Amino acid sequence: MNNYIISGSPHVHGNESTKKIMYSVIIAMMPAFLFSIYYFGFDAVRVTLISVAACVLVEWLIQKFLLKGQNTISDGSAIVTGMLLAFNLPSNIPAWMVIVGAIVAIGIGKMSFGGLGNNPFNPALVGRVFMLISFPVAMTTWPTPQPMFGEALTDAVTGPTLLGHIKEGVAQGIAANELIAEDVVRPFIYSGSLGEIGSIAIIIGGLFLIFRKVIDWQTPVIIIATVAIISTVCWLIDPVQFVHPMIHIFGGGLMLGAFFMATDMATSPMTMSGKIIFAVGIGALTIIIRLWGAYPEGMSFAILIMNAFVPLINKVCKPKRFGNTVKK
Amino acid sequence: MNPKKTFPKGGVHPEENKLSSDQPIITFPIPKQAIIPLGQCLGAPAEAIVKKGDEVKVGQLIGTAKGFISANVHSSVSGKVTKVDEVMDHTGYRKPAIFIEVNGDEWLEDIDTSDTLVKDITLSREEIIERVKNHGIVGMGGATFPTNVKLSIPKDKKAEFVIINAAECEPYLTCDNRLLLEKSNEFLVGVKVLMKAVDAPKAIIGIEVNKIKAAELLDKIIREDSYFSGIEVQPLQTKYPQGGEKQLIKACTGREVPSGKLPIETGCVVVNVASTFAIYEAVQKNKPLISRVVTVTGKSVKKPSNFMVRIGTSSMELIEAAGGLPENITNIINGGPMMGKSVSISDFPVIKGTSGILVMTDKEAQPRQVGNCLRCGKCINACPMGLEPYLLSRQAKNNLFEETEASNIMDCIECGSCEFTCPANIPLLDYIRYGKNKTGQIIRSRNQK
Amino acid sequence: MNDILLYSLIVLGVLGGVLAVILYIVAQKFKVEENPLIDEVESNLSGANCGGCGFAGCRAFAEACVKSAADKGNIDGLNCTSSDMSKVAAVLGLTVTAAEPKIAVVRCNGTCENAPKKVHYEGADICAFAHTLYAGSNGCPNGCLGLGDCVKKCNFDAIHIDEVTGLPTVDEEKCVGCGACTKACPRGVIEIRPKGKNSRRVYVSCVNIEKGAIAMKNCNVSCIGCQKCFKECPFEAIEMRGNLAYINPDKCKSCRKCVDVCPRGSILAVNFPPRKPKVEVTESVNNESKE
Repeated sequence: MNNYIISGSPHVHGNESTKKIMYSVIIAMMPAFLFSIYYFGFDAVRVTLISVAACVLVEWLIQKFLLKGQNTISDGSAIVTGMLLAFNLPSNIPAWMVIVGAIVAIGIGKMSFGGLGNNPFNPALVGRVFMLISFPVAMTTWPTPQPMFGEALTDAVTGPTLLGHIKEGVAQGIAANELIAEDVVRPFIYSGSLGEIGSIAIIIGGLFLIFRKVIDWQTPVIIIATVAIISTVCWLIDPVQFVHPMIHIFGGGLMLGAFFMATDMATSPMTMSGKIIFAVGIGALTIIIRLWGAYPEGMSFAILIMNAFVPLINKVCKPKRFGNTVKK
Repeated sequence: MNPKKTFPKGGVHPEENKLSSDQPIITFPIPKQAIIPLGQCLGAPAEAIVKKGDEVKVGQLIGTAKGFISANVHSSVSGKVTKVDEVMDHTGYRKPAIFIEVNGDEWLEDIDTSDTLVKDITLSREEIIERVKNHGIVGMGGATFPTNVKLSIPKDKKAEFVIINAAECEPYLTCDNRLLLEKSNEFLVGVKVLMKAVDAPKAIIGIEVNKIKAAELLDKIIREDSYFSGIEVQPLQTKYPQGGEKQLIKACTGREVPSGKLPIETGCVVVNVASTFAIYEAVQKNKPLISRVVTVTGKSVKKPSNFMVRIGTSSMELIEAAGGLPENITNIINGGPMMGKSVSISDFPVIKGTSGILVMTDKEAQPRQVGNCLRCGKCINACPMGLEPYLLSRQAKNNLFEETEASNIMDCIECGSCEFTCPANIPLLDYIRYGKNKTGQIIRSRNQK
Repeated sequence: MNDILLYSLIVLGVLGGVLAVILYIVAQKFKVEENPLIDEVESNLSGANCGGCGFAGCRAFAEACVKSAADKGNIDGLNCTSSDMSKVAAVLGLTVTAAEPKIAVVRCNGTCENAPKKVHYEGADICAFAHTLYAGSNGCPNGCLGLGDCVKKCNFDAIHIDEVTGLPTVDEEKCVGCGACTKACPRGVIEIRPKGKNSRRVYVSCVNIEKGAIAMKNCNVSCIGCQKCFKECPFEAIEMRGNLAYINPDKCKSCRKCVDVCPRGSILAVNFPPRKPKVEVTESVNNESKE
């Protein structure tokens, strides 16, 4: 009597695991999280904790009572979704809205398709866009930054996002270069969601993910490059109508989307050629929505739209087959 | 030596764990009883031509090949046939085998048992191939494909290169490495024999750089002796599956074997190191394939070793000699960890294809917790054949065999890189093998119509 | 406002009318003349497309029935086990003698208890793959692997893996004897046998072909080819296939003498009422009462 394991080869396994990938992503989000605490104070912690807790709880409940499957919350993907959702929210949003968003993100965005890996759309963005459409006021009323150190620079309770400020200004006929001339370099003037104010912190986390080989460098770089090219061309043509490209690159949620949302494994193409098409699409759609659309920020919509194209891209972009060069 | 080369796409780099690479080959004592399975090659098993009570000598033919893809089986010991019965072999099934009770070590007279190096190749091309066939030589890397079939080049093709597969890309295994170091001259004469057999002007020895000592030694011998001209040592990057036939050809010559075609299409004949040595012994020494080098290894094995073993020796005896069975064994593997076969018993006879016996304990073999496919695409990046393992495994799982065929499942070389790299731990290769099996059946039945 | 309404109505109405005319013309032009009987026959079939009849699907079977009725005047040899063939025959104006109902029988009783596991299988849950990998966790190279290829192939939800025994069990109510599971099993464990009178059946619940001594080691209820039942049977219903006894259902009279003589308990008699008290109730009287 022995208890040997019989299995098909290979009998050794690499060090990759779903858990490791998810926890790497969580670690990578830490710099941005800390920065958001620094920027918005305790409210950032409140929103993030509520979002993560709600996401994990919803996933657990659905697994336990609806799907009755193996428990999957330990793989950390719900925590990632929760944090990403929180990163997309303003810090003063009421708790119940966050919970509704979490239910939509996990329940509809992820579990209704069968859980991790089966969802066609990025769950955090599904939650965020649902909230944006359902609670447009709460979702676009940004609190004035309440830094942990020092005084708030304005007395106002709410402030605009940089991109929102510019969009509004341009609509009123003010030249874009004037709009940004004075206060763009000063921190704590403009607001935003938790994850979009600290572009540098996001980049640090993104570099960590690239270093850990969790994500490819191509996707974020191409998205950012596409946005940069289109916005530069527009700016060169008409600096009055269009704002400086640096504002587009660092001013909004581009970094968060490029490093953390567009690289989501389940909702991005499988092959490198597919990823390139996907990234170019996201970059182009983002800047089109920002420049000519109704919303000042287009990242979420761009990613969701391109998510819908992923099955098609996967079908078209096949890897290069070995031995297919010679045809007889 | 040439600069380092590799195949262009995919591949993984598992922990090498070449624990026994500095252990010289120990000639293992002749066992008391040899159990020689009749099915030792890919294809049809041989047919026994001895019966209970017969006296046999070392090297005597005891099983004849049945069919085109089949190989002769010779007695590896001298003694008396006690029975022709079934034995549980590494496949986990009971297969016919010849049981021989060992008595002394009497060899057939026409076998040259001396150690002298015979360099002159007196046999003609046809005679060499005939000798290889009669002496039951098969691919000793694990696939056990009869070598004579490989060497018989179709009339409309021309062999340009003999490629020696010395990559030994499987982790843990060191038998080819040791053979190259200790029997370098014999091995190189074997290469010469092969070049003559297929009439190829050039031979390339593809060897991974983690065996740089062997590569340097071979290179030195070749440069010093003009007899070996035409042979070239090609260092390769340490990457799995560098020793895959198609990957090796690509790395060494830059040629790509077209999908669904054999290596000869690119003018290459690929032979394994151990087989080359066996061919030397068969052709130059008239010695049939009756012994081979087996690596007994594992992190919990006390003395990982390389043994020169007679075919039919019990694996248990080898494991005992390497320090005995450790506790908490989870897997015993016939071959290497990437392509070897897990066996359900610790006592099985060594056959021609047993390149290693790997004993893994719960320290090395992780329990498998299968998750959902993340669609991360790591399997696509790892696949050296440019396939989509996640897709193939799904199609096979759902019995969509028309789709698997369209997705080129038959191109899969079953290297297991996809499964190795999968973060969700999905048994991708299991499903693909199943799909390949079924798709192959469908294609064959369609071709017959 | 009214104008818009009016225009919309007119445009949509005209569009609808034009399209309807086009559709009608096309439908007439490309009409496929098909015997309406085929539809009628098909409506009387189960619609499971199980392939048990040997045709590609229920439609193909219905076509074959209609053709056979037209050409030969009967539908002999055409049988759908999952439908009422008398209704089909009635549609075609024929009568059929009801075919003997059949059922899938799992001929393996190598439960976790009877055949203890020796090794642990880890991998894809496909019997056909596991079959290529090893003999089975209990060592029997012929017995059930328990990974459920039969379950996946069943269109009638009639076969399930019992969690306790690890073996498939057939739901007698649902099974129609189409044979999909038989084809799915890589080891030929499942056989389609006549359902028997009052669902009473006697069969050898083993497909082992290995020698007795080895079979004994692997499983407590394996057939070892001792031939006791073969000698006992008064109706010559039992044949020896190598090391395995096989009860021919056509000859078997369900006397159950073989059940009593089998030293291994590998012959099962199912759905028989308990015997009278004077005869000792053997353990293997009922399939459900576990041994």
